[in-house]
Amino acid sequence: MRNAFADEITRLAAADDRVVLLMGDIGNRLFDKFRAAYPDRFYNCGVAEGNMVSLAAGLAACGLRPVCYTITPFVTYRVMEQIRLDLCYHRQPVVVVGTGSGLSYASLGATHHSLEDMGMLRLLPHLKVTCPGDAMELRAVLRAALRQDDPLYMRIGKKGEPVVHPDVPSLTLGEALVLRDQGRIALLSAGNMLPTALAVADALKARGQEARVCSFHAIKPLDTRLLAELARSCDLMVTIEEHAVTGGLGSAVAEWMAAERPARLPRLVCCGTPDGFMHEAGEQEHARHLFGLDVSGITERVLKPA
Amino acid sequence: MSPAGQSGRDLAALAARVRADVVRMSQQAGTAHLASSLSCVDLLVAAYGAVLRIDPRRPSDPGRDRLILSKGHAVSALYAVLARTGFFPAKDLEKFNVDGGHLPEQPSPGCAPGVEWATGSLGHGLNVGIGMALAGRIQKNDYRTFVILSDGECNEGTTWEGAMFAPAHRLNHLTVAIDYNKWQATGRSEEILSLKPLAQKWQAFGWDTVEVYGHDLPSVVQALAAVHPEKPRAIIAHTTKGKGVSFMEDDNNWHYRSPTPEEVDLAEKELGIS
Repeated sequence: MRNAFADEITRLAAADDRVVLLMGDIGNRLFDKFRAAYPDRFYNCGVAEGNMVSLAAGLAACGLRPVCYTITPFVTYRVMEQIRLDLCYHRQPVVVVGTGSGLSYASLGATHHSLEDMGMLRLLPHLKVTCPGDAMELRAVLRAALRQDDPLYMRIGKKGEPVVHPDVPSLTLGEALVLRDQGRIALLSAGNMLPTALAVADALKARGQEARVCSFHAIKPLDTRLLAELARSCDLMVTIEEHAVTGGLGSAVAEWMAAERPARLPRLVCCGTPDGFMHEAGEQEHARHLFGLDVSGITERVLKPA
Repeated sequence: MSPAGQSGRDLAALAARVRADVVRMSQQAGTAHLASSLSCVDLLVAAYGAVLRIDPRRPSDPGRDRLILSKGHAVSALYAVLARTGFFPAKDLEKFNVDGGHLPEQPSPGCAPGVEWATGSLGHGLNVGIGMALAGRIQKNDYRTFVILSDGECNEGTTWEGAMFAPAHRLNHLTVAIDYNKWQATGRSEEILSLKPLAQKWQAFGWDTVEVYGHDLPSVVQALAAVHPEKPRAIIAHTTKGKGVSFMEDDNNWHYRSPTPEEVDLAEKELGIS
């Protein structure tokens, strides 16, 4: 995903001379093309993320379109107040990109995990919270992000994730993409769990159960129109996210159900991480297995009787 | 344009007028931070009265000089200076911090013409100002950006993040003025975190650094007006908290106290305003 980000932001900078890329001293050689083509619009802000985010607000206030990029915990938790005040309170069109989100950097430990970022950030007024499902969705979300005028957070994976969409999908921020539309089970995927969600749908099919798959590339704004439709036509809704259930897509859907009280209320199963840290060593696949976020873990939960 | 080039006597009169305003505002609104406001009046008067290129009738002009009062708790001084230099009617100052009014005790975004940023949480203004200065560089616009920091604000780590960024990118159109009154909310600055030697610190970080007596208007004007060919500029302005009202000067109780009507009368008498 990060290579797609680097390529797409370079293309967007060619088309729009307001685009300025700020990064926090990561991505060795990742942005060489951008830096060579637009040296006056590329800044390595160093390991100083608070300065980077407030500085971005100052750029935006002068008509530019800054994009801040670094590893997720450092551009979310560490700079929560900069995002809240300088981006959200002032409603500046800054795009904040967290890379290596969720458990992408599992082996680096909890310092590099981000399992609470979406929950924290969706509290903030005016901020859009996005989590594209693959490299193609990432390109679509980034294009849309620069076409709108609010602060926007985009959480992306690392590199080498499977690409799901054959090409860049047509996308409206906050309208989830429906990849499979048959069955009375709905798998609601947030971010880089999309390939897993599709594999779960395949596994369910092998067990005689058809499942829909929807990619929630944004959890704020939340696609409540689709949720209402799924509530009418499904018996089970399953949220899948590499993020804590608390505060994430699972919470957001539960909040919607509680507030809207739809006439039919399907059972809700939330697959995400629990209220705790991972202490042991291990790569992303191991971490997902540990939290029941692999294909078999999710499939078993879906098939488990209520 | 602003009354750039006002005579020293005019600036001194403006400063006295503004001090009387902020004392009265504090009494009427029952607000704290009066001494912090009095401390930076001369920095603001020198900037708006003689240095900034900004037309009060066009406060959003993209080519304007920008000033961020990063110590947002002293915004009564900024409101008063803006009002007294034509950005909005002085009568609006009576609405400072009234319920439903548009001039909050600490500024909100766009609350009044000329207020560039909603500050109040310390450690943001310098970094936002760096962004504005960098935008000017990118857009080939030669406006200047000024940021007024408190000395307490130099406790914040982000201040020093910015202090390293600006010289690295030779943002010479950026000027920081530190209102160095040696007090912060509950004690002497130096006893809380070690600030000294403050000027040498900024100099070591790569800033064109100058120390001035922050209540001498001609010195402050001169310090603000100068632009280094490469380096951002840091002005260490030695100031007195509560400056201009004898019974408030260097008395940190006035960080929180607001005056009685009788104290307002006394202050106005001292300032020659009636």
